[in-house]
Amino acid sequence: MRESPRQELWVGAFVFVGLAAIAYLSIAIGGLRAGGPGGLEIVATFDEIGGLKNRARVVVGGVKVGQVKSVALAPDFRARVTLDVDRRLELPTDSSASILTSGVLGDQYIALEPGGGEEGGGNGPRFLAAGDEIQYTQGAVILERLIGKLIQNLGNGSSKNGGSDAGADGATSEEGSE
Amino acid sequence: MSPAASLRALGAGSLAVVRNLGRFTVFSLGLLVAGGRPPWRGRRLLREIYDSGVLSLVIVCISGVAVGAVLGLQGHNTLVRFGAEENLGAVVGLALIRELGPVLTSLLVAGRAGSAMAAEIASMKVTEQLDGLRMMSVDPLDFVGAPKATAMILSMPLLATLFTLFGIFGGYLVGVVVLGGDAGSYLSTLQDAVRFSDDVAGGLIKGLVFGVLVALIAAYRGFTAQPSSAGVSAAATSTVVIASVATLVSDYFITALWGY
Repeated sequence: MRESPRQELWVGAFVFVGLAAIAYLSIAIGGLRAGGPGGLEIVATFDEIGGLKNRARVVVGGVKVGQVKSVALAPDFRARVTLDVDRRLELPTDSSASILTSGVLGDQYIALEPGGGEEGGGNGPRFLAAGDEIQYTQGAVILERLIGKLIQNLGNGSSKNGGSDAGADGATSEEGSE
Repeated sequence: MSPAASLRALGAGSLAVVRNLGRFTVFSLGLLVAGGRPPWRGRRLLREIYDSGVLSLVIVCISGVAVGAVLGLQGHNTLVRFGAEENLGAVVGLALIRELGPVLTSLLVAGRAGSAMAAEIASMKVTEQLDGLRMMSVDPLDFVGAPKATAMILSMPLLATLFTLFGIFGGYLVGVVVLGGDAGSYLSTLQDAVRFSDDVAGGLIKGLVFGVLVALIAAYRGFTAQPSSAGVSAAATSTVVIASVATLVSDYFITALWGY
């Protein structure tokens, strides 16, 4: 039972186009990469990560350089976030990491701010290597708490004269201790 | 009807359901074993892929564009209220990749190729061709059933992906070309929102599972059809009904288990 070459051609074309569609959907739209840049794992510990999820973006100056690999609770009840960034990235050891939100209600991501690179001096390592921890971190801003503080401050301000100053001072000192 | 008689009817009904499920399971295992061991029958498989895959291409592509266009229109009209119409690409793409692509393709293939497969096997039974194969000591399950089922299982993810891509194109046509949305934000919100492991892989797994379901149900209904012309049409009809319901019900469980 031989099939006509035309039928074979059609089946070949169908399978080829189908596989090409899967590849396009996976790579161009789904963002699948074999291995990908990545390869350099660094750790950052935050007081508060808000809604940060696995695979959230990690950016330097707005350019994506990696993603969040895992989020875990450290023994001191802070959030220990492992980042997987491009191994070619040479981040000074005094770089900082902060959790920001894209837009008002958008996804949360981590922005790395490269430091001056002077701390290492002559003896210590100058760049972050695999497994290193970022020293300077700033956690996520929780909108509800911010609003709560605002309401509290406004309440203090209206209840007694000159209270708004004290309330604002209290808020800043609280901020500093965090 | 006396209480005893209605109880008996209930018992008989339950037993029939269990018996049918058991027969279906045994049949499915037999078919998988037959398909999973040599001879591979590549020529037969090629022909069956032509029948269930290539011949379903046209309806899948047309339906894909139509569904994508409707999603684009509905999505645009709804998103405009929130001033979020630039997210149209994400809405259309996620809906198609995760749900509508695999599910609607499965319904279309069940209607187009599944019914044809059941009717063909059933009519081979009516005309005693299956008995003829058995007389030549050729297992009909291996020679007729396995290539058909394999072809459908292989075709379904490919067709579902094509449906999805044509749907995204249809949404682009309406959202960007007709309604004058921004082409760049359509594509970039789409790429931002879609992740391979959550969305694309989940959609492919759905396509594969639906392919297995439709293929097994169509083969089972074909091979167990009553050997009469009424049996042929009953096999085709019940294939479409059962395969469609199985697709929609299993879709929920796959979605829940995949952990969205």
